[in-house]
Amino acid sequence: MLTKRIIPCLDVRNRKVTKGVKFQNNVELGDPVEMAVAYSDGGCDELVFYDITASAEERPIDIEMVRQVAKAVHIPFAVGGGIKNIEDMREVLLAGAEKVSVNSLTVQNPNIIAEGAKLFGSQCIVLGMDPVKVEKSGKFPSGYEITIQGFRTRTGLDALEWAKRAEGLGAGEIVVNSVDADGTQAGFEINLTRMISENVGIPVVASGGGGTEQHLIDVFTEGKADAAIIASMIHTGKFTIKQIKDTLTAAGIPIRRKW
Amino acid sequence: MITIIDYKAGNLTSVKLAFESIGQKVKITDNAKEILQAEKIVFPGVGAAKAAMDNLKSLNLIEPIRKVIADGVPFLGICIGMQVLFEKSEEDGRTECLGILPGSVKKFKTSDKMCKIPQIGWNTVKITKQHPIFDGIEDESEFYFVHSFYPACSDKNNIIGQTEYAGSVFASAAGHKFLAAVQFHPERSGRIGLKLLENFSNWDGD
Repeated sequence: MLTKRIIPCLDVRNRKVTKGVKFQNNVELGDPVEMAVAYSDGGCDELVFYDITASAEERPIDIEMVRQVAKAVHIPFAVGGGIKNIEDMREVLLAGAEKVSVNSLTVQNPNIIAEGAKLFGSQCIVLGMDPVKVEKSGKFPSGYEITIQGFRTRTGLDALEWAKRAEGLGAGEIVVNSVDADGTQAGFEINLTRMISENVGIPVVASGGGGTEQHLIDVFTEGKADAAIIASMIHTGKFTIKQIKDTLTAAGIPIRRKW
Repeated sequence: MITIIDYKAGNLTSVKLAFESIGQKVKITDNAKEILQAEKIVFPGVGAAKAAMDNLKSLNLIEPIRKVIADGVPFLGICIGMQVLFEKSEEDGRTECLGILPGSVKKFKTSDKMCKIPQIGWNTVKITKQHPIFDGIEDESEFYFVHSFYPACSDKNNIIGQTEYAGSVFASAAGHKFLAAVQFHPERSGRIGLKLLENFSNWDGD
């Protein structure tokens, strides 16, 4: 049976993993390669790295870090943040990442999804989206608007329409990162995740808000997520991946048990 | 020395790094002569079967591949590298493949809209026949899969592992003489995947 994936998210800044709330007040947590190895050995199913300051600092992604991670862990990992064009995608994939995660860039240039999918395969192209809750209206039938640039800029795009469009362009997966839930550890935004997952044919990864094992159970059952990204709940040492997996297994969620 | 065939069907970095991490020397080549001299061959690939076959044709690699398989050089197909070993694929209408293993490659079909296609993630492999590549690997271990098409193996004797997805039970691993093939990605399947690659590296074909 296909299992639900647990994906630790490592926000990287100056080659250090950091964690903030809604992109603010970041504290340093450790070395990205060492943390990747620890989580991979601990049983995570995949990893995602965001170079959180590459865009703002207008510098290329830290490709040397990608190379070191690829040498050290042999599970899939995605890299995002600071990817500006097809050449950046190629560089990250050739360095050994399984997937690239693109977000703000695709709103400015949706065709990059199609180009990337054609050149590297849909499975390499992850659409990251940061929807914020808004009043339901003719403009926003889903009740969520896409934001970009670390939640700072509203786009006028409806979240569900954007998800369907990205699927049509060739995205292989969608990471739905709730702006409202991000960093709160108060639970994933279940309704948002379910709405996207029920209306696209590609896997949906829930992100933002995971704080307890019950939150994960909820997002995999009610939220119909195919995978979930977690950060604080494991970065703080409050839970191990093994503990989380034991609890989810006991709750009847299909989970990878041997690693 | 592990020779990886580079036929422009996807990124070979992770396959190379996985073999290097278990202490193997790796050569990546699209040169027929080097392939004919190889001790062990890995035939990876992602993407579409038709593009893979077109590339094999334009690089003149079809005959060398047939020859090394016939000569009994240990050979491991991965993902698209497994699919093109069959007779044909439903991908792009109908794609003629190498025809080394009897059977065809079919698209997942399901009416369950929550069952996403492609299959992306870790799924269980039921070992249906013991094979050297599974030495020391527990039955029903999970491996990492990314695919929309699956091998329908018509000679049941060639099936060594099975996986279930979208209502189909398919051959996720096949073995025939000196040839082994897997639909999943051992290079992305953590410690258990590396164990499979190590087993292949130590396999003399018996």
